[in-house]
Amino acid sequence: MMIDFPLIWAGLIAFALLAYVVLDGFDLGVGILFPFVKGQDNRDQMMNSVAPVWDGNETWLVLAGGGLFAVFPLAYSIIMPALYIPIFLMLLALVFRGVAFEFRFKVRGKSNFWDLAFAGGSTVAAFAQGMVLGGIVEGIAVQGRSYAGGAWDWFSPFAVLTGLALVVGYALLGATWLILKTEGEVQQHAKRYAPRLLILVLAAMVVLSVWTATLHEYYLQRWLVWPDRLYTLIVPVLVLACAFAVFDGLKRNRPGKPYLAAVGLFVVSYIGLAMSLFPYLVPPSVTLWEAAAPDKSLQFLLVGSVVLIPTILAYTAYSYWVFRGKVGDSHGYHG
Amino acid sequence: MEWFDALNLSRLQFAFTVALHIIFPAFTIGLASYLFVLNGLHHFTRKTVYLDLFNYWKKIFALSFGMGVVSGLVMTYQFGTNWSVFADKVGPILGPIMGYEVLTAFFLEAGFLGVMLFGRQKVGERLHLFATGMVAFGTFASAFWILSINSWMQTPDGFAINEAGQFIPVDWMKVIFNPSFPHRFAHMVLAAYLTTAFVVGGVGAYHLLKLRAGKADGSMSVEAVKKMFSMAMWMAAIVTPIQIFAGDSQGLNTLQHQPMKIAVIEGHFESEKPAGLVLFGIPNEEEAKMEYKVEIPLLGSIILRHSLTGGLQGLDAFPRADWPPMAPPFYAFRVMVGIGFLMLAVGLWSLYLRRKGKLYDTPLMLKAALLMSPAGFVAVIAGWIVTEVGRQPYTVYGLLRTEDSLSPITTSMVATSLVAFVVVYFTLFTAGLVYILRQMRQPPVASEPTMDVKLPTRAAGFVPPSLARKPQAARSNHD
Repeated sequence: MMIDFPLIWAGLIAFALLAYVVLDGFDLGVGILFPFVKGQDNRDQMMNSVAPVWDGNETWLVLAGGGLFAVFPLAYSIIMPALYIPIFLMLLALVFRGVAFEFRFKVRGKSNFWDLAFAGGSTVAAFAQGMVLGGIVEGIAVQGRSYAGGAWDWFSPFAVLTGLALVVGYALLGATWLILKTEGEVQQHAKRYAPRLLILVLAAMVVLSVWTATLHEYYLQRWLVWPDRLYTLIVPVLVLACAFAVFDGLKRNRPGKPYLAAVGLFVVSYIGLAMSLFPYLVPPSVTLWEAAAPDKSLQFLLVGSVVLIPTILAYTAYSYWVFRGKVGDSHGYHG
Repeated sequence: MEWFDALNLSRLQFAFTVALHIIFPAFTIGLASYLFVLNGLHHFTRKTVYLDLFNYWKKIFALSFGMGVVSGLVMTYQFGTNWSVFADKVGPILGPIMGYEVLTAFFLEAGFLGVMLFGRQKVGERLHLFATGMVAFGTFASAFWILSINSWMQTPDGFAINEAGQFIPVDWMKVIFNPSFPHRFAHMVLAAYLTTAFVVGGVGAYHLLKLRAGKADGSMSVEAVKKMFSMAMWMAAIVTPIQIFAGDSQGLNTLQHQPMKIAVIEGHFESEKPAGLVLFGIPNEEEAKMEYKVEIPLLGSIILRHSLTGGLQGLDAFPRADWPPMAPPFYAFRVMVGIGFLMLAVGLWSLYLRRKGKLYDTPLMLKAALLMSPAGFVAVIAGWIVTEVGRQPYTVYGLLRTEDSLSPITTSMVATSLVAFVVVYFTLFTAGLVYILRQMRQPPVASEPTMDVKLPTRAAGFVPPSLARKPQAARSNHD
């Protein structure tokens, strides 16, 4: 029996990336919202809401990057130099905000440099990730087995818009997460921001979808033929359903619903995007089969992943369970 | 200034980011095991001093671990951004191993770190001990895979090369357990243990010295300080001899597989039979000769051949184009070995003082231990220079040259990113160092508060001293 290892792996890496976007999305979002909430106590509460889980979340980015290197080395070696600048920006930004978690509580004062590092790092990282995405969707010049374009090829109005869209999207995830995890002033702020962010997200999605269709004939064709028609038909419906659920959850004061609905929004758009790109890893020239390492490599890593990925998911869920409840809850963090 | 091309700048960038990254794993591998031991000792002996030490060191661990994670993230992506041809060619082999590192180590550490740092009251003592063990195990697993990757690049095995010029796996066992791997892994883990031991010993010595000078804070737990110093010195006394043995066996392995590296370490431009041991000299690479050479006859043969007559190849036995640069590995090796023997001296001295019952109040010993506290880091970086510069001009020894591994990127891109890395890393890691040192200057106290004390709840939860001293008072506000 022939098993299509590259296809399985494309699915797994897509999953890792989605897990990253959904998980690190909310903690980056909390950072993006940082400047809009004043007061040390409030910010302590915001940071505490993500502190125990952020580095687990970020690890999915390492898995997605490492996975791409492991199973699609050709795609990895084309995409990375092509998007050198935004990737590099993202890394520096993540480094900055990562240490801010550790350093911030060392300094107590009116103005805290690490507040700025956390907010700035989160925003720049989100923006850079969006630009990476935009750069890939727009297409990458390839010759032989390597990148054939310049340093700034990725930089375009489209990429800037995808960057901004991701910042707004993560902020929405962050706001709904704060509604779930906090109380009092912080939660009030988050409730105020969430609907506005949602409207911005929806606007960005419409513009980006239309724009994407005009980028390459290929995308448009995909959206017009079966089974991708699903994208053009079902995705907008699901998006609206999720958006409605966010509003509904806010109105009825259900703490978890807006967050789950916002995650749903991300999942739906992500699947839509993945369907548009498929089967290309480096559009418009390298497919996932062309980029794949030999089966022997894919097989070797798959054996472990089959056991390890579910284990990881289980204990990730467990660690979220351990830290469940409101951050401000007095039964929470002290003995 | 033609040396500064995209190739050399990328090498510089990699060297810089790795050198700063390696500091953190070198420290956290040892510290994680130490925390596990402390937690276990508390669990089984019920002595609170172990818990106090655990709570004291876990704050420092959290800070170092955070910096290790973020600097490690950069490494994963640098293979692609700066060394894309390398990534394409070795991806089928090294990629899956790196994948296993992420799957086993990264997630294990990240997943259980939160529980270890903040969850004692939440999950109960046993599970907390388990989480500590998992974090420690994760650091090991990480070292296992990374050292496997590095060793494969030094002594590649178990592969074939396909028509696209990619290295493809043939036998995974041979790839992972390649000829130099066991030696390298043992050497690195022991190095991490020694690095941690000397940091812990240094902090213990610092507080003991303060105590002697009568400047100690009244809250200091003298028992905890003595305990950490004592444990660290046991470690130094026991592990240093083992490490010297491990280093020797890695040397023999290198001679077998990477004779050029041995030639630069030993400082031999010319082959000799029997060979002397060059203690010191100044390598003149242009004229291929060692100047101001101080040499002990025969000793080279004795150490590396374990014989009086065995010869050693010098660089002259290899084509000029394949020579690694000599000066950096030559000097770095002497630094590493020198530190190793200093560590041995401190360890033996501690045994002697312990027997005489004067371990805690010999000022010279305490000062020596304090002075030696950063020695492990210096030795690790020196060792890294020996092994990595000694591998040049290859990324995969003998098969893929460094100059053929580079991404199609421009010099200005690399130069800009290099400058940015240098600025950002220095800002952040200087701040980190200041915070860590500040933490270390605080003495461990009896009933060291856990991080679960209310507010500031966390991050790697640095509780301000005012709160830390009075955990009970802080608590009563809320109950």
